Amino acid sequence: MSLVFAGVCSHAPGITARADLADPALRDPFYRHLDVMRQQIEAARPDALMVVAAEHFGNFFMNNMPAFAVGMADYYEGPIEDEAWLKIERRRIPGNADLSRRLITGLLDEVDVAYSEEWKFDHGISVPLHFLTPHYDIPIIPANINCQGPPLTPLHRAWAFGEAIRHAADALPERIALIGTGGISHWPATPDSGKINEAWDRDFLDRWSRNDRAAMTSYTNEETYRDAGQGGFEIRTFLSVAAAAGGKGEVQFYAPIPIFAVGCTVGIMSIV
Amino acid sequence: MSLYYLQKLLYVLNREPKAQARFKDECEAVLAEYDLTDEEREALRSHDVGKLYVLGVNGQILMHFAAFCGIAWADYLQKMRDGTKDHGPVRAGVYTMTTGLDEKVAGL
Repeated sequence: MSLVFAGVCSHAPGITARADLADPALRDPFYRHLDVMRQQIEAARPDALMVVAAEHFGNFFMNNMPAFAVGMADYYEGPIEDEAWLKIERRRIPGNADLSRRLITGLLDEVDVAYSEEWKFDHGISVPLHFLTPHYDIPIIPANINCQGPPLTPLHRAWAFGEAIRHAADALPERIALIGTGGISHWPATPDSGKINEAWDRDFLDRWSRNDRAAMTSYTNEETYRDAGQGGFEIRTFLSVAAAAGGKGEVQFYAPIPIFAVGCTVGIMSIV
Repeated sequence: MSLYYLQKLLYVLNREPKAQARFKDECEAVLAEYDLTDEEREALRSHDVGKLYVLGVNGQILMHFAAFCGIAWADYLQKMRDGTKDHGPVRAGVYTMTTGLDEKVAGL
């Protein structure tokens, strides 16, 4: 079979951690759209959900930082965060080591990914899963792009990673759903938390929706840092999904929610 | 500058419940195992999140340490502002504050 679903969503820890501080008029429509995405993923009947996230030093550190890493285990654990703080209970989450191994084998034909037989999910994966697979009944294939520890993975390589995901998924008999989680502009975990560059976000989402590779890979890191903050580096995950899906994107929800520290986003992309 | 080891200690602490228990029970022994400056050791010992922020600890690492120390989100943000006020701008990394000392973007 092949890639059967492609989408993107935000993963900021505030989405669950600070739920009670958010305006319900903003929060609840966002949650509803995440739930629509859950239904869309379920309707695609995936055998596994690959989550391309921007890991935040939950597993990888500057002693050995991979540009790309993919999980290859039968189970994972998450969230790594304090459960009471994130408001998500820590638990074991199913994986599929055999499927991961075959996917990674395909990826390695094009991109030098690291693999990991253990992985502790942080909010980058745990927050999306809380909404998208609330019963934890779909095996997860976690993936990480280095968006945190410079030198960062270049944008054109994030694109190549997405293309490799597509090719590798298409060569498998299983049905693979794919989501990218992260950004867009935000200044997380700093005193600036809540700052959001809505104009920049909307311009980026326009480029993403058009699946305009040149426009999406044209940002320099300096420009992104200046206009979209250190959290803006996470556009890499959205790029990889666009490269994998190849079609047009549809932003189903976008709204800056400062208490969540990000422009909250839910988008799907057609697979062509 | 031993920011690398300062962050390494916090990275291990954030992901290992056993390391968290040990940090509580034998803090000095843990601190002695890493190549840290006295300033860094004191900031860790006293849970000085503002100082750690100024020293350049990545926010994705620091916010976990703040939660581990029982510091509420609003207090975490304020401690970083206070740290900047007391010790000057962030000295390394990409988590420098860009808003004003009295600015509370999300109301916290």
